[in-house]
Amino acid sequence: MAVERPIAPGKVKIDDLINEDDRLTKLIYSYLVSATAWLIFGSLVGLYLAIRFIYPDFGVAQWLSFGRLRPIHTNVVFWGWTSLAMIALALYVIPRTSQRPLFSIALARKALYVINASILIGVIYLFMGYNNGGQEYREFIWPAMMLFALGIISHTLNFYKTISLRGTKEIYISNWYILAAFLWTIVVVVIAYIPWYQNALGETVIQGYYMHMGVGMWFTPLVLGLTYYFLPLLLNKPIYSYSLGVLAFWTQMVFYSLIGAHHFVFAPIPWWLQTVAIVFSIGMVITLTAGTGNFLLTMKGSFRKVARSYSLPFILVGVIFYFLASAQGSLEALREFNQLWHFTNYTIAHSHLTMYGFVVFLIWGGIYALLPRLTGKEPSHLLIGIHFWFALLGLLIYGFALMIGGTMQGKSWIEGLPFIHSVELMIPYWIWRAVGGTFMFTSHIIFAYNLYKMKPLPHPHKQIDLAGEQI
Amino acid sequence: MKLNFSENHKLLFSVVFFGFIALSILIAIIPAIEVNSNDPMCGVNTLTPAEFRGLNTYVSEGCLYCHTQQVRPLQLDKVFGRPSSPLDYSYLTPLDQIRMTPAVLGSERTGPDLSNIGNRQPSEIWHHIHLYNPRSVVKSSIMQAYPWLYEIKENPDSNDLVIPVPDEYAPKNGKVVATQKAKDLVAYLLFLKQKPIEGISQIEESTSKNLSGSDAGAQLFNTNCASCHQQNGEGISKTFPPLKNSATVNSDNPDKHIRTVLFGLKGEAINGIVYPAEMPPQKDNLTNEQIAEIINYERSSWGNNGKKITADDVRKIRAEGK
Repeated sequence: MAVERPIAPGKVKIDDLINEDDRLTKLIYSYLVSATAWLIFGSLVGLYLAIRFIYPDFGVAQWLSFGRLRPIHTNVVFWGWTSLAMIALALYVIPRTSQRPLFSIALARKALYVINASILIGVIYLFMGYNNGGQEYREFIWPAMMLFALGIISHTLNFYKTISLRGTKEIYISNWYILAAFLWTIVVVVIAYIPWYQNALGETVIQGYYMHMGVGMWFTPLVLGLTYYFLPLLLNKPIYSYSLGVLAFWTQMVFYSLIGAHHFVFAPIPWWLQTVAIVFSIGMVITLTAGTGNFLLTMKGSFRKVARSYSLPFILVGVIFYFLASAQGSLEALREFNQLWHFTNYTIAHSHLTMYGFVVFLIWGGIYALLPRLTGKEPSHLLIGIHFWFALLGLLIYGFALMIGGTMQGKSWIEGLPFIHSVELMIPYWIWRAVGGTFMFTSHIIFAYNLYKMKPLPHPHKQIDLAGEQI
Repeated sequence: MKLNFSENHKLLFSVVFFGFIALSILIAIIPAIEVNSNDPMCGVNTLTPAEFRGLNTYVSEGCLYCHTQQVRPLQLDKVFGRPSSPLDYSYLTPLDQIRMTPAVLGSERTGPDLSNIGNRQPSEIWHHIHLYNPRSVVKSSIMQAYPWLYEIKENPDSNDLVIPVPDEYAPKNGKVVATQKAKDLVAYLLFLKQKPIEGISQIEESTSKNLSGSDAGAQLFNTNCASCHQQNGEGISKTFPPLKNSATVNSDNPDKHIRTVLFGLKGEAINGIVYPAEMPPQKDNLTNEQIAEIINYERSSWGNNGKKITADDVRKIRAEGK
């Protein structure tokens, strides 16, 4: 009799189920369903746009035009998919690490409706050509973005209350990052949408601030906070250094806040502002090294565990991309490199390496770590593996194609060749980008199926709370 | 009260919240107010109602996702005009009660910079043909086509702006007529002319530093002339005249050729055809040396065999004036 050989090396089944309030489990699941619906929609739009670079006359209709779909792609994956997915995980992590039930489940449920409404309204208006002004990630008109802010504010209150009533003496480091991300984002959105100081170039200064903080004071701290919980949970050991986490936290707040203007190096905005941004961009290496070092040192000695887990590989990839892609960002701020790469497709590669390689991989790691434990239902390990490899392979193809192509574009401009040359030379790289995008999109479909497989039972029988998930 | 961040949530989150507000005021709001102030260009640098409607279309169709309006003080940006000044943007205000000031500076240069497009390509007709289908004038362009900005009319009346789209791209029946929206958008594009600003001048010339003779000429031609006359010198039938086998280009007396490049041409019949688009003057865009390179390239390419000229010939005609 032939020995049965598994297609993939066996991953360990989870055995430490969490005994959690059913209402919270269902709420978290509904956040993830919304998030994943936006992911499928947003990345489908992205893939369609990638194809348009190769076939510019593919589907000529006003509402399918590049200029209308591009902001839909970016805003949907930012505010719809990534934000809702991170909030879903935070809804678990904050009460858990505060050892106190969530202050109000009803409020969190209402916030989901409000945020979904915000994105839906914003997207419908963008389809109609009602763009706030083409400021990247700020394209939703203010009535739509106000609803988003409302959702964020209600979560802030909910989480603050939960933390202030905590059952522990100390505030766990995750909650520093998570709640700070909410507080910072409220400030960022309010400043970005007040029009008084935004005539002429005033808008550009605020845009440098906004597009930068929108990423780095929302997605980065929130997903890092989640990782400070999930990584130790999965490895069943404490984080390597609490102090390194605290150092990274404060430098994130001070350094990162000052570097928004590095998106406008050589633009006619004040030179001192650009120089401050460049200097602190390099300062970010401290934050970056402290954060990544902390995670990698926590993993040290447990890499067998990483290989045997299906969620830890996502987290490992996320941590590596956190370091590489952020370091790349600092490099791009230097005037020498900026001259070569700014305005080219290199920047598109960078934004996907950070948002996808770093943020989204950490989110997937968190989802695969949490949901099976909450619902007691595990998706097929093989399908998680396919999701992982398709997403990673797709991202690498995407990233390398545009980094190489973008560099060639920059060189073509520096050599003073006719502009159209920089378009013609990009065609093969844009084809590879679409290939990478197809892999990524396929992985999202598989992820959606896996999510469906982890759906909570309508009447779950109570599971025994096993040790292991506690920090 | 304990002064310990990890045990005192009020302290921790107050520092996080108010500290960030303080940093934001310092790094965003104060500099924004600084550059937001009114300036002497206000009143000069303003949009007509048509240009303003054009700006609206520019934003809602997302032109600014592929085109920058930001000439940096770098050698590689020189081809797009002089370095941008804060004054260039003084016309920008919130579009209406719902929308904010548009971010025309852009972040991506999938297509060329448009800061000075009104000078670089002043032909209204060219812009319409290009918007109707960019590939009809620039073969390898990947720009979005905007046919919905145009109507197809069987019998356009005399008030209609009929667009001479090349046959290959034109509809089988009827004529392409520009809608008001298309006219407004082109009005905004033609508004984008860099005005002279004291203290800001073109950075030093060294474009053709590594090139000589026909290489430099070919490059200058492709950058400045090929969007109408095409890389193969054949132009576009009934829209832009060919340079291949052109009498002016092949004649022994180059004066007319030089004069056309320097001062432009409009409404003149060439081989019995009056072309709808005008030839824009290049005297302010190109130096005598560059014009000589281009003309010599034209006179020695695509089977042409005209007499070569020097920069001095261009200088002489420039001095004579139109």
